[in-house]
Amino acid sequence: MSVRFFGIRHHGPGSARSLVHALEALRPDVVLIEGPPEGDGLLPLAAHPEMKPPVALLVYETDNPSHSVFYPFTLFSPEWQAILYSIRSGVEARFIDLSAGIRFGMQGARGRRQDPLQMLAEAAGYTDSERWWEHLVEERQDDAAVFEAIAEAMAALRPDPLETEDAVEAAREATMRQGIRKAEKDGFGSVAVVCGAWHVPALAATVPVSKDQKTLKGLGKVKTQATWVPWTNGRLALESGYGAGVESPGWYHHLWLHPDDTAAHWMTRVAGLLRSEDLEASPAQTVDAVRLAMTLSALRDRPRPGLQEMNDAALAVFCSGQTVPMRLIRDRLIVGEALGEVPSDTPQVALAEDLSKLQRRLRLKPDASVRELDLDLRNDNDRLRSLLLHQLNLLDIDWGASQKVYGKSGTFHELWRLQWRPELSVQVVEASVWGNTVAEAAAAATTDRLSKSTDLAAVTGLLHQVLLAGLFPIVPVAVGRLEELSALAVDVLALMRAVPSLASVVRYGNVRQTDTAAVAHVLDAMLTRICIGLPGACLGLSDEAARDMLEAIGRVDEAVGLLEKPDEATRWRGALAALVDLQGGSPLLAGRACGLLLDAQVWEPGEGRRRLGLALGAAVEPTQAAAWIEGFLSGRGMLLVHDDRLRGLLDQWVSMLSDETFMTVLPLLRRTFATFTAGERRHLGERLTDRGTAVVEVAWDAGMVAAAQPMLEQLLGVSRE
Amino acid sequence: MNLLREHAEQQYRRELEALKASDDRQKPPNWALSPWAVATFILGDGADISAKYVGDRRLIETAVATLATDRALLLLGLPGTAKTWVSELLAAAICGDSTLLVQGTAGTGEEAIRYSWNYARLLAEGPSREALVLSPVGRAMEQGKIARLEEMTRLPSDVQDALITLLSEKTLPVPELGLEVQAVKGFNLIATANNRDRGVNELSSALKRRFNTVVFPVASTVEQEVDIVQKRVAELGQVLELPAERPAMDEIRRVVTIFRELRSGVTTDGKTKVKTPTGSMSTAEVISVLESGLSLAGHFGDGVLRPADMASALVGTVIKDPVSDRVVWLEYLETVVKERDGWRDLYRALRDVPV
Repeated sequence: MSVRFFGIRHHGPGSARSLVHALEALRPDVVLIEGPPEGDGLLPLAAHPEMKPPVALLVYETDNPSHSVFYPFTLFSPEWQAILYSIRSGVEARFIDLSAGIRFGMQGARGRRQDPLQMLAEAAGYTDSERWWEHLVEERQDDAAVFEAIAEAMAALRPDPLETEDAVEAAREATMRQGIRKAEKDGFGSVAVVCGAWHVPALAATVPVSKDQKTLKGLGKVKTQATWVPWTNGRLALESGYGAGVESPGWYHHLWLHPDDTAAHWMTRVAGLLRSEDLEASPAQTVDAVRLAMTLSALRDRPRPGLQEMNDAALAVFCSGQTVPMRLIRDRLIVGEALGEVPSDTPQVALAEDLSKLQRRLRLKPDASVRELDLDLRNDNDRLRSLLLHQLNLLDIDWGASQKVYGKSGTFHELWRLQWRPELSVQVVEASVWGNTVAEAAAAATTDRLSKSTDLAAVTGLLHQVLLAGLFPIVPVAVGRLEELSALAVDVLALMRAVPSLASVVRYGNVRQTDTAAVAHVLDAMLTRICIGLPGACLGLSDEAARDMLEAIGRVDEAVGLLEKPDEATRWRGALAALVDLQGGSPLLAGRACGLLLDAQVWEPGEGRRRLGLALGAAVEPTQAAAWIEGFLSGRGMLLVHDDRLRGLLDQWVSMLSDETFMTVLPLLRRTFATFTAGERRHLGERLTDRGTAVVEVAWDAGMVAAAQPMLEQLLGVSRE
Repeated sequence: MNLLREHAEQQYRRELEALKASDDRQKPPNWALSPWAVATFILGDGADISAKYVGDRRLIETAVATLATDRALLLLGLPGTAKTWVSELLAAAICGDSTLLVQGTAGTGEEAIRYSWNYARLLAEGPSREALVLSPVGRAMEQGKIARLEEMTRLPSDVQDALITLLSEKTLPVPELGLEVQAVKGFNLIATANNRDRGVNELSSALKRRFNTVVFPVASTVEQEVDIVQKRVAELGQVLELPAERPAMDEIRRVVTIFRELRSGVTTDGKTKVKTPTGSMSTAEVISVLESGLSLAGHFGDGVLRPADMASALVGTVIKDPVSDRVVWLEYLETVVKERDGWRDLYRALRDVPV
């Protein structure tokens, strides 16, 4: 019996290529792979025609799926190639690592070791171990003896391979040794062990069986389930079950596909990408970039250009030294956007199972094309559908996008646009860390988001979504957070922006059978703070800031109207009145406040006229007065149509302006009048030309009129009826 | 030597000779040194060869590799990021001659890039090869050397376009004489430009395509910038024979800190936002502030650089626009400088400068 060790780097194309060659030369009877034994049953699926890497082996605790671990594989993962080899040549493959079920039991012992390659890389004069390994192993073409060399290097790093402080690592290596012993016992003649390079010395060491048994004694095991899930290159770049992510999966994939002429193919892809984004990249530049990359690698004493050379060359030739297009290259090529696929008969994650169960029950089939869905919330099935879609949105599984509904039925209608994209299945798996069922996961994820968010508007938005999603148990969490944040908020505008959605929650909560007392309480406190802070917040505003404030005031006023609570309304109107009298405040806002008070019938029309008169007084700058008018009249054309005296005041003011000032304020007035409807404007025009109804007191001399009348009638062609 | 400033190839003659003697690697045609040796000359080897550029090694490698292919090199960066210095060093190391230089200004004409005439001869003999005066670029082509073009974005656009033929065809036609100057192997062009300058002539994309671009960043840490300033101020002090002592590290650090904070718009502790003035606040300006401070201290003070010696130069550098920059400066002075521990003396000196 002979055991050969193949120390590899997870996701290393060079390792993968060398491994395939070595396995084909060795023709072992069994292939032992570093990986969780839970995955053994899933191995045959790797060769399934529908299986498209990158995929990950997901192992999770049956009773608590948030305990889960992913083992990602991609086309150029040596382990994946080893699995494919075993299927191709009909030999058995086994995962021999510590079972994930035991690892979940070893909570707290999950130590992270320092990158062992870092030391070797530093000794070789590299700052980055990934680059070093790449130059030494992944990018080289001759693979003979590379595994011996790696084993030797690792042996130098681990002179005493059994010495480890990490309990998990000790257990893992003991398990793998046991796995090798078992293969031996099962009578396999030639055994190939594919494992991370770091483990080779420990697995090759001679250790008494009793010692390994002692290490593994008493380790509890929890019940687990395993499945294949689609993975993406972006997630390959993150850390995973091995504790080994790769920074540049796209580049590795490229190396795997194009072992020769790497530079030419790469630069052509870079140029293609830049061109597809409408950036300049001519074929001549591609040639120059390849040449520069080659020259750079020669200058740096490297046999062939690596990623660093490619990037330096692309930066100098294509990007004119600008780093922004480089980010595009990084995201799209170096990391890549590949999305894997798994066969449809793969067992599923608990959350995905729950989701498909709900989809079946609520008759909502996932569909790749866009589809509109109109939900009537008075109907039970539709209400549950709405809850599900809202919960999925909270989990960032954006299957459906809520559309705005206009009109009367808005309170009990929801319009959704549904589209199921393949990435969503990854999102489902990712969300599975939050819980077993959709509702549970949404609640846990939202609680986490709430505790991390420091933005008042964001928390308000979340609360709104939580209520829509029917996650009542976490409403108190959200409300508590809201209370905390609003107490600390110094920005009145931020508070004001939070009001409308809270008010709609309080007002319409009942439609969805929600208890909204707690929200009402918070809203009350917020309104108090707003009323106190409002006049101060309106001082010294720039034009732009005043417009933001104008909008916020309008919204809050609407919200206060919606609430129908007299106390709060009185307080709010008090604040508005203070705003009208505010010295040094923005005239735009003062005008609007005055208008709102008139609308609410807090002030008599007479008071409104008095205020307009004051605002248009001779002492007031015409531009200020025009801004006041804008605030006061925007969207209120009818007021002007029906209140003759108000119109008279305005008319008088306009006639009083000098030509020059009139030209200055004209744009401001036009802006105001443009907010009136066409009908209002026509009425206004009629009223203004029809002087007869204008309240202009003229001393009539009936005798003189009577004398002139017949002649006038004749001239105008009218006769007295 | 009585020269105010020596060329790089004169100043570092010994180092160049030493490198040449030990250089056994492959050289591109007409290069005095191999690319490795050129990079070592600039970055230093920690022993006999001094480090002349402090910063990212990759930038220099890209620059040298570019010149080894036949594409032209464009160095971009703020003032004081050592573009010109690196271009001089590259030319000195590659062809032993950094003097084939064209300075780009708004008034630079096409003849500065191509050729002009010796009018006395032109009138006496008619058009002839002898009456032709080649530009530095033309001479570099003829001799297979490196030509340097400073401040390329200041050149008028039509003059910039004259470079396109030169760079793509590698030839300089002289239609008057029916001949052309074809570039000898080893010819290349290093251009520099300030990428934040306002009111300049943006490079056309046709021209941009013919250059490989290397952007020189502002020093990434205070320490690095202090190093650069220290080194340059010491050198300038020697050249100008300033009587003052070398400035204390602390003083340099304070000035560098002020400039960095105003440049980046946030204090070094990352806690306070400050407004940024309109000027570029580059390292070159730090150096000039210290230099004028040194000279004041040397000639009119007790030879030791004190805050009062630098204050007016510093304030003058920050306030380029008398209205907006004044607000920026006073705000910075009153909210940041005043509050900082151990900066009391500097605050007083700065406050006394009328703005």
